[in-house]
Amino acid sequence: MSMSVIRAAEIKIAEAKKNRLVKGPVHLGVGQEAIAVGVSKNLRNTDRIFGAHRSHSHILGVDNDLHKLFAEVLGKNTGFSGGMGGSMHLASKSKGFLGSVPIVTGTVPLALGAGLASKLQKSGDIAISYLGDGATEEGVFHESLNFAKVSNIPILFVVENNLFSSHMHMSLRQPLNTINRFAKAHEIETKLVDGNDVAEIYRTSSEFIRKMRLQPEPYLIEAITYRWFGHVDWREDIDVGVARSKKDLLNWKKRDPIKRLSNAMIDKKIWTIEKQHTLDLKVNELIDVNWEKALKDDFPDRKSLLDNVYKYD
Amino acid sequence: MIKTTYSDAILSGFDYLLKNYPEVFILGQGLWSPWYVGNTMKNLDKKYGKDRIIDTPVSESACTGAAVGASICGMKPIVVHPRMDFMLYAMDSIVNQAAKWSYMFGGQLNAPVTIRSIINRGGSQGAQHSQALHSWFAHIPGIRVVMPSTVQDARDLLISSVLSPDPVIYIDDRWLYEQTANLKPIKETPLNALTPKCLKKGDQITIVGSGYSTLLALNASKKLNSDGVRAEVFDLRVLNPFNSKSILDSVLKTKRLLVIDSGWKSCGMASEVITSIVENVPTNTLIDPPRRITLPDCPAPSSEVHEKDYYPNEEKIIKFINDSYYF
Ligand SMILES: Cc1ncc(C[n+]2csc(CCOP(=O)(O)OP(=O)(O)O)c2C)c(N)n1
Ligand SMILES: [Mg+2]
Repeated sequence: MSMSVIRAAEIKIAEAKKNRLVKGPVHLGVGQEAIAVGVSKNLRNTDRIFGAHRSHSHILGVDNDLHKLFAEVLGKNTGFSGGMGGSMHLASKSKGFLGSVPIVTGTVPLALGAGLASKLQKSGDIAISYLGDGATEEGVFHESLNFAKVSNIPILFVVENNLFSSHMHMSLRQPLNTINRFAKAHEIETKLVDGNDVAEIYRTSSEFIRKMRLQPEPYLIEAITYRWFGHVDWREDIDVGVARSKKDLLNWKKRDPIKRLSNAMIDKKIWTIEKQHTLDLKVNELIDVNWEKALKDDFPDRKSLLDNVYKYD
Repeated sequence: MIKTTYSDAILSGFDYLLKNYPEVFILGQGLWSPWYVGNTMKNLDKKYGKDRIIDTPVSESACTGAAVGASICGMKPIVVHPRMDFMLYAMDSIVNQAAKWSYMFGGQLNAPVTIRSIINRGGSQGAQHSQALHSWFAHIPGIRVVMPSTVQDARDLLISSVLSPDPVIYIDDRWLYEQTANLKPIKETPLNALTPKCLKKGDQITIVGSGYSTLLALNASKKLNSDGVRAEVFDLRVLNPFNSKSILDSVLKTKRLLVIDSGWKSCGMASEVITSIVENVPTNTLIDPPRRITLPDCPAPSSEVHEKDYYPNEEKIIKFINDSYYF
């Protein structure tokens, strides 16, 4: 799915959250779309992808079913998780998206295991672990890097470094503003990339993924980016109770990954402003159609409260 | 006299401890932001400095272990977990280390750490952002587990916990933060002197709660009064070690026992309360079988449809009592 559609979908969700149409918390990744889009271009349905709390782009990267995302965020039974998860618990098994959950770093060792399984299965499939800069502070991240390296596990750690973990800037939490040193410490090949440059992310991830499929090995991409909304929900100005820097936000908006791509293509004469306008209109239409459809869907049946706790009856 | 809220009572407990005990310091996530901990730690960083009020990286395991270690060295650390679910990364430091440090070394050393853990649920937050795991911790010899349900206890149990020479898990509940009461002046009380407390007298049924479920029990029992049901309500306060004496005396009088718990049924606190009573009353004492109201046997749902059915509330308790008992 394209960056523009992911952007528009999240803006729709932000508005809906503001208007109280969405019940649960939503963590929006507006501004960070290039990362999932660049990585996902290299993936196939049998790969194994895990996300976290801010994973709308991660799932849309491999499953373009907008209606299912909207329905899930609205808690409808037609959603990705049948309305049982909401924004923070997304999965799409047939596309290889095996789960995103809000315990920070919770899915990192699971992705490691998914990679280990594909190594044992000799499938050539790889695991993708999306995580944030904050998530690198949990011990299990470091354990996972070490284990991945000594066991040659085909996992690509994709660290979206947006410089914040809720209200705390990197400089309050770590001695450096980048985290790729952790990969180096474990002899894992790594690259620091501009997280707002979709072409660079695509190039780097495709190089790593090509190598991983031939020879199981872990890799780590650190993508520097910034989120346009606060940590949770729809506010731009306030981040979990703390005022955000307007100046930083404005500067980062100038590095909008979508505009950068569009402008670069226009400069190279392979794209035009008119074509961009037509595309924007089409995207908005796509959003509206799917949103309206999701709004009309039903909530899960009250009686299903105890369903799926176990697979056996 | 201006009434104090439950969350301000916690704040005043912290304030008292920080002011009077230089060895007290606090660490955990979100201590510099109202979002994680409500008003319960408001401006403590400004008043006591960021050296003593430490907002940490996302590292529950290391932070809890560090608090345990500092406690062994003469400090009185409080580690704050803004959600009980996050603290599961810290289980080793709590269960294998802190709980056993005194015992393993023949009483030579001890780990007087306080672990403040917040129950924060509802609002479609779902399975990993809702859990009330007090029963788990109450299973472990060596850690004291306290759950304040009243405004007074929110402050006083915090103070007793931090001054205790043993590791303590202090569990407060976001759903109680708006409760108000007039606070009595602070009087330090050793934690081992504190036991379950009777909050309302009655002679027909003993209802036991802890934390938020005590509030539900109390409110439901007040309404039941007008139907002529005279319930006696107990607040557990200290879940481990559990002292059942006062509840036992109550049940010998009322001959009926109902426990309301915000956790699950299986191996839960309600089971423990019921067992400790049943094994100590003469056969045929009870007019009705002991009963419990707990969560359904499933993780916390995200769906608002299910959330309504999931959590006990006053109406459900009143209906349960009306349907289950004939007084
Ligand atoms: C184990 C655990 N600790 C703390 C939290 C609270 N929390 C939720 S998101 C978050 C920030 C994580 O930051 P990062 O990994 O950088 O992801 P970002 O939000 O920036 O996308 C924190 C601390 C949590 N959900 N789980
Ligand atoms: Mg971050």
